[in-house]
Amino acid sequence: MPQIFHRSSNTIARVSIYGAAFILAGLGYLGWRVNFSSYYTNVGVHDPQPVPFSHKHHVSGLGIDCRYCHVSVENSSFAGIPPTHTCMSCHSKIWVNSPMLEPVRYSYFTNNSIEWTRVNALPDFVYFNHGIHIHKGIGCTTCHGPVGDMPITWKANTLYMRWCINCHKHPWRYVRPRQYVFSVTYKPPPNQDALGRRLVKEYKIKDATQVTDCYTCHR
Amino acid sequence: MELGHLKLWKLIRNSHGAEFVPSCNHPTSALLKGCGGLWRRRLISKAGLPCTFLAVVALSACRNDMHVQPRYDPLAPTNFFADGRSERPAVPGTVARGELRTDELLYTGKINGQLADVFPFPITQKDLERGRERYNIYCTPCHDYTGSGRGTVVRRGFPPPPSFHVQRLVQAPVGHFFDVMTNGYGTMYSYAERVPVKDRWRIAAYIRALQLSQASTIDNVPATERPQLLSEKGK
Repeated sequence: MPQIFHRSSNTIARVSIYGAAFILAGLGYLGWRVNFSSYYTNVGVHDPQPVPFSHKHHVSGLGIDCRYCHVSVENSSFAGIPPTHTCMSCHSKIWVNSPMLEPVRYSYFTNNSIEWTRVNALPDFVYFNHGIHIHKGIGCTTCHGPVGDMPITWKANTLYMRWCINCHKHPWRYVRPRQYVFSVTYKPPPNQDALGRRLVKEYKIKDATQVTDCYTCHR
Repeated sequence: MELGHLKLWKLIRNSHGAEFVPSCNHPTSALLKGCGGLWRRRLISKAGLPCTFLAVVALSACRNDMHVQPRYDPLAPTNFFADGRSERPAVPGTVARGELRTDELLYTGKINGQLADVFPFPITQKDLERGRERYNIYCTPCHDYTGSGRGTVVRRGFPPPPSFHVQRLVQAPVGHFFDVMTNGYGTMYSYAERVPVKDRWRIAAYIRALQLSQASTIDNVPATERPQLLSEKGK
């Protein structure tokens, strides 16, 4: 009876069995890395916009409050993207001939929408409400990053569930006094831990068992 | 293969509209082909398990019904309406619940068509504080924190509004400020969409407070507060 297997089969079998462990581990690692890469998360990616709107100029340069444009952020789940009317309340008189602002003027005079590219989006199975976070002393920049330094808006955090949970478990690390919620220059003080714990009590932020309940975000 | 999964995800996230239909044409057949080279064909039973595992991972990305549910996010685009908006304007003449605006003073700042010099509700300390907060958000870019009309946007070239401290505006009825905020005035656009009715009245009240403050002397400050004010002078 002839040999069915070539003698190299022994080696191949051994290598493939032990190699499989490394290949699987490697694949796992690769997957994990890809999962946190900006290619997948879009963090730090400067998506092109119809108008290169600069938060840096409007917020840090001119000192315009977030709520001037994002009017519903205090009372609604949705922070609100300003209607063209809001842009034009200044740009009817400023930079009126700028070609950069042509889409704004076109939108205003023809009643067509400006189609912005969305930067921060959550999957539809997540219930998120801006208002409650503002009310409990979570600053805009805590999630949206240094918006006052963004010449074009980018996503600052992954918005992954583990990222949400991290804050829901340890709110005292992130909470700030309400009067600084809209400040883009706010830096947590050295005594953040003590201050945070005081504010958590004062703002009646529920304890981790309640705010990490599935139902809090998935309803 | 993993890349295909990611690209699909990206596509979904970028479109975030209900128009996207997840497809299941994943190149899993190509993947299996890759496992079955000429000399490796005998090992197919060994490679079968990881291949199956990978195929499951690849296929699992095909269903995104929960990520992209058949509903619209706020301001999401749609192909259904000619203007591309899922957000529909109210039919002309619609009165939303609680929006029947019969209170002339509250909604227009007028009494019998004349600008009123009274507030439609009593202004408390809380209302004034709210007014200050809202004033600082919506008015300061042009009118400045003191009401001088020299805000940052004006310094960048916007036509300057008058100071709140000129004779004409000090004497203007409070309804005038409400009316301007509601309907706009000159180069100023309406702020009715951005500032709710009651907040517009609170801002008007705060403008009155600003006017008082600018015309005040040290004698108007309570004696207990004077030392603090004087110590801050020149800072």
